[in-house]
Amino acid sequence: MHRFANPARFLRLAKVILPYSSGIAVLSLGFGLWFALAASPADYQQGDSVRIMYVHVPSAWMGMFCYVAMAAFSAMALIWKHPLADLLAKATAPVGAAFTFLCLVTGSLWGKPMWGTWWAWDARLTSMLILLFLYLGYMALINAFDDPERGHKAAAILALVGAVNVPVIKWSVDWWNTLHQPASVVKMGGPAIDPSMLLPLLLMALGFKAYWVCILLLRGRAEIAAQKIRVIRMAQIHAASRGE
Amino acid sequence: METISGVLQMGGYGGYVWPAYGVSAVVLVLVLVASLISARHAEAELEQLQLTRRARRGAGRDAAAPDTAMVESPE
Repeated sequence: MHRFANPARFLRLAKVILPYSSGIAVLSLGFGLWFALAASPADYQQGDSVRIMYVHVPSAWMGMFCYVAMAAFSAMALIWKHPLADLLAKATAPVGAAFTFLCLVTGSLWGKPMWGTWWAWDARLTSMLILLFLYLGYMALINAFDDPERGHKAAAILALVGAVNVPVIKWSVDWWNTLHQPASVVKMGGPAIDPSMLLPLLLMALGFKAYWVCILLLRGRAEIAAQKIRVIRMAQIHAASRGE
Repeated sequence: METISGVLQMGGYGGYVWPAYGVSAVVLVLVLVASLISARHAEAELEQLQLTRRARRGAGRDAAAPDTAMVESPE
């Protein structure tokens, strides 16, 4: 793990991975959209509204996946003082927030025709809304300090504490009576969903995952450059004050 | 033409399906563009800083004390 701790190594690795991750993202989202919107059947109960699921479900997975990644990076930063972990946690937050937001919006757009309501204060929906607020809180906190290191530390602690919410989201449909349907893909005894619908779902999920890798690399690069700029600026100020 | 309007109608759910995909596309493209811009911007600024620093060091090397030339020049 520490072999990747070196920023120079990260930059070299990013250069190698970025073409592949963007290629995978474009291809799987391209084919995924084709199957999601055209080449898959309408549901016998939901009609064509089932097509919303092909963005909604992968977005929900990504919203939770990004949070777990952010909390894991934060733990690495707090425990091992891993120099890149803070930057990667910070780079993941906006992607997770975007997918959580999309999960809520697309869920709402599906809920209106299917449930007859845009929103319900049930366990699954509410815990997902809390996830969005955790992301927003994390992003606000990490930029709230003049000293970036203090911001990173405070935000990392928030990320770890908030991680309790992830299993709550996952099992909310089993623990409480909710409007939301239980899991149909990741469950005991295999997925309870037709292959013609599973294919676009998995393609979109793969595309979103590759998209996250791209954004992580780009934002990681930006954060490393920003850190180097800070160091040079500090040295300049230091040199200038000694020179007087 | 009929197929196009059929695709747009989405069996009566067009008003829900298309906004769902539209919002998703807009949000993901915005995050991507913002990330690209921030990476380009930060890397360009860093390169500029490193260039000027190297230029100053290069100028200092002509003088007797390379590392302190920049710092002590006002004296």
